[in-house]
Amino acid sequence: MTRLAVPKTYKLYLGGTFPRSESGRVYEIRSHDGEFLANAAKASRKDARDAVVAARSALGGWAGATAYNRGQVLYRIAELLEGRRAQFMAEIVQAEGVTPAAASAQVDEAIDRWVWYAGWADKYLQVAGNANPVSGPYFNLSVPDPTGVVAIIAPQTGGSLLGLVSAVAPALVSGNTVVVIANETMPLSAISLGEVLATSDVPGGVVNVLTGSPAEMAPWLASHADVNALDLVGAGDLDWVHLEIDAAETLTRVLQPENGPDAASPSLARILAFTETKTIWHTKGLI
Amino acid sequence: MSFLDYAPAPESQSLLNLRAHYGLFIDGEFVAGRGEPFQSINPATEKQIAMIAHADATDVDAAVAAARRAYDKTWSKLSGSDRGKYLFRIARLVQERARELAVAETLDNGKPIKESRDVDVPLVAAWFFYYAGWADKLDHAGVGPTPSARGVAAQVIPWNFPLLMLAWKIAPALAAGNTVVLKPAETTSLTALLFAEILQQADLPAGVVNIVTGGRDTGKALVGHPGVNLVAFTGSTGAGRAIARSVAGTDKKVVLELGGKAANIVFDDAPIDQAIEGIVNGIFFNQGHVCCAGSRLLVQESIHDDVVDRLKSRLSTLRLGDPMDKNTDIGAINSADQLARIRELTTIGEQEGAERWSPDCVLPETGFWFKPTIFTNVSTSHRIARDEVFGPVLSVLTFRTPGEAVAKANNTPYGLSAGIWTEKGSRMLAVADKLRAGVIWANTFNRFDPASPFGGYKESGYGREGGRHGLAAYLKPAAGRAAARAVTPAEKTPLSRKKAAK
Repeated sequence: MTRLAVPKTYKLYLGGTFPRSESGRVYEIRSHDGEFLANAAKASRKDARDAVVAARSALGGWAGATAYNRGQVLYRIAELLEGRRAQFMAEIVQAEGVTPAAASAQVDEAIDRWVWYAGWADKYLQVAGNANPVSGPYFNLSVPDPTGVVAIIAPQTGGSLLGLVSAVAPALVSGNTVVVIANETMPLSAISLGEVLATSDVPGGVVNVLTGSPAEMAPWLASHADVNALDLVGAGDLDWVHLEIDAAETLTRVLQPENGPDAASPSLARILAFTETKTIWHTKGLI
Repeated sequence: MSFLDYAPAPESQSLLNLRAHYGLFIDGEFVAGRGEPFQSINPATEKQIAMIAHADATDVDAAVAAARRAYDKTWSKLSGSDRGKYLFRIARLVQERARELAVAETLDNGKPIKESRDVDVPLVAAWFFYYAGWADKLDHAGVGPTPSARGVAAQVIPWNFPLLMLAWKIAPALAAGNTVVLKPAETTSLTALLFAEILQQADLPAGVVNIVTGGRDTGKALVGHPGVNLVAFTGSTGAGRAIARSVAGTDKKVVLELGGKAANIVFDDAPIDQAIEGIVNGIFFNQGHVCCAGSRLLVQESIHDDVVDRLKSRLSTLRLGDPMDKNTDIGAINSADQLARIRELTTIGEQEGAERWSPDCVLPETGFWFKPTIFTNVSTSHRIARDEVFGPVLSVLTFRTPGEAVAKANNTPYGLSAGIWTEKGSRMLAVADKLRAGVIWANTFNRFDPASPFGGYKESGYGREGGRHGLAAYLKPAAGRAAARAVTPAEKTPLSRKKAAK
């Protein structure tokens, strides 16, 4: 006699909580071979806007944390991912139909990428900032500062966990907060990642995960005046040129879609894409 | 004239030999434009200075083609050190012809000669000198080893610092190895054309820099041209938005330096005499035609009355008039259009209930003039506290706590610059941390330097000009550069993971 399994209800991850879509809508998630897996929440325009509100409220605390603290919190996520690797592997095998070995390799790489980015939190500023030798009695320093609320369309192809991690982690390093639209057909590892974040030390609202249709939600995020940057990495199959045009209305910073196995590959440039350089002139007294 | 008044001390214009007509500068030569030529006038007298050629879309095509040829055949083949030597030559030629350039700038723009002579033109030379040295050191520019140029740069600049904005654009572009098509503002083309003569004297290869004069249609044709690889624009947020829309979906790199509504925050422990000078410099420098001008004065409530009294007394000593006079502090408004906009916004300021004050001063009868103006009793919702006036108009608001000052300072879609006045270092650093602005001046204001990055947050644009950061937009990371975190195949197998765990 086999035990009857207890399936998980997959919901959104907004502001540190797991609500259903306010619209009450769900859509079926099926495995690679067509087996029913779950009813995922189909987030609405309002859910997307709620996510931006949550991200904006969390910004001060996350951006204001010390770099050392942010680095530790990010590293802690990698620790928790490691502990849940069996769950993530099972979800990847079910969703993508890859071998357990390939799923394991993907989880490895996702974890290692978190660790790599976590280590940048208290270093990227030293590499990207510098003192400036101006002609006058001033101490002049340029430092990168987080851009603010970053909306991300996660990669829709490739590894469902690795793609998500590759897009979300670099935005968090400098202190941005994130609203991410997960892989539409394979969103379960995104929600499981939300569970990891909820039980780690990442404050609620720092990462907000929406499942549903990128084509439906992306225009509202692109034109949202409280979104400071838009990462279209996974928007290649959408009408992304119009998303970029919408984003121009409030001079939202835009990263264009990337395709292929190198999409969102780890780089310092990806961290710096979501930063602003602040230059401060300090007067020196005459002695 | 009483014995306390200053006698006129006009700068001599004799060293300036202007032509009656100027053509476009394309492929190293001055050529006629296909559009209808337009006049450039002196905003202080409304008299014509010269006729300027108007480039149409065909002229823009020719300029972009010349820049592409020069990029392919000459400029991209030169060594970095040779490119640098051309830039050093240009810096020296600007220094040699500094007075002539300053006089021309004041004539065409209306800014006081003391500003064009002591600020604009020296900074132009400094900009070329600074970036000249970068041309053979690009591996250290921060975009990785062996970066390459992007190609042809389309650059559109405003009328408030005509020659200085040209230098901000052209110097880093050439140092990084790009060629350039630049469009000056319609009302201030003159010094760009004198600069073209300097390029001829420097023997810069033909086509490396092309200058197309004209109106908005010219700029639009240039920015939208499929043959350009990057767009660098300084101007209004509205125009910047249009550019961001027009390049959407392309791989053109964009740098936008747009508007601002900077807060100048004065705490009650500020060095008050310096702060008054800084406030005046912050908003009345260059008639307030400065994107980073300190147009919102946030003064701590306890010292509000004292600061306003001192400001009024200081403003009463400013001299407004002939820009060519060496004693002039406030020159002419650049154009009739700009004057109309300043008048409109200040009228709205009164209608919305703010109190308006200007010193007694006589405005010249011809030309475009506006008295330095202070508004008190301004609230954060007033148009004069939200819209960029781009004129000599200061809005005074108050705050009680540092937290309130930060909240009010950040309460704007702009984020270009800010000022902080306090003797307390810890407070200054804490406030600077929280301000969402690209340039912050502590106990000073409106300082510019080629080594110092400049540019905004939010709707003030993106990208930086100046310093090492100013090179980034003009450089492309080396092609096919591996991901920063290289993954070896062995790492990807679960077996090796188990081994590593042992």
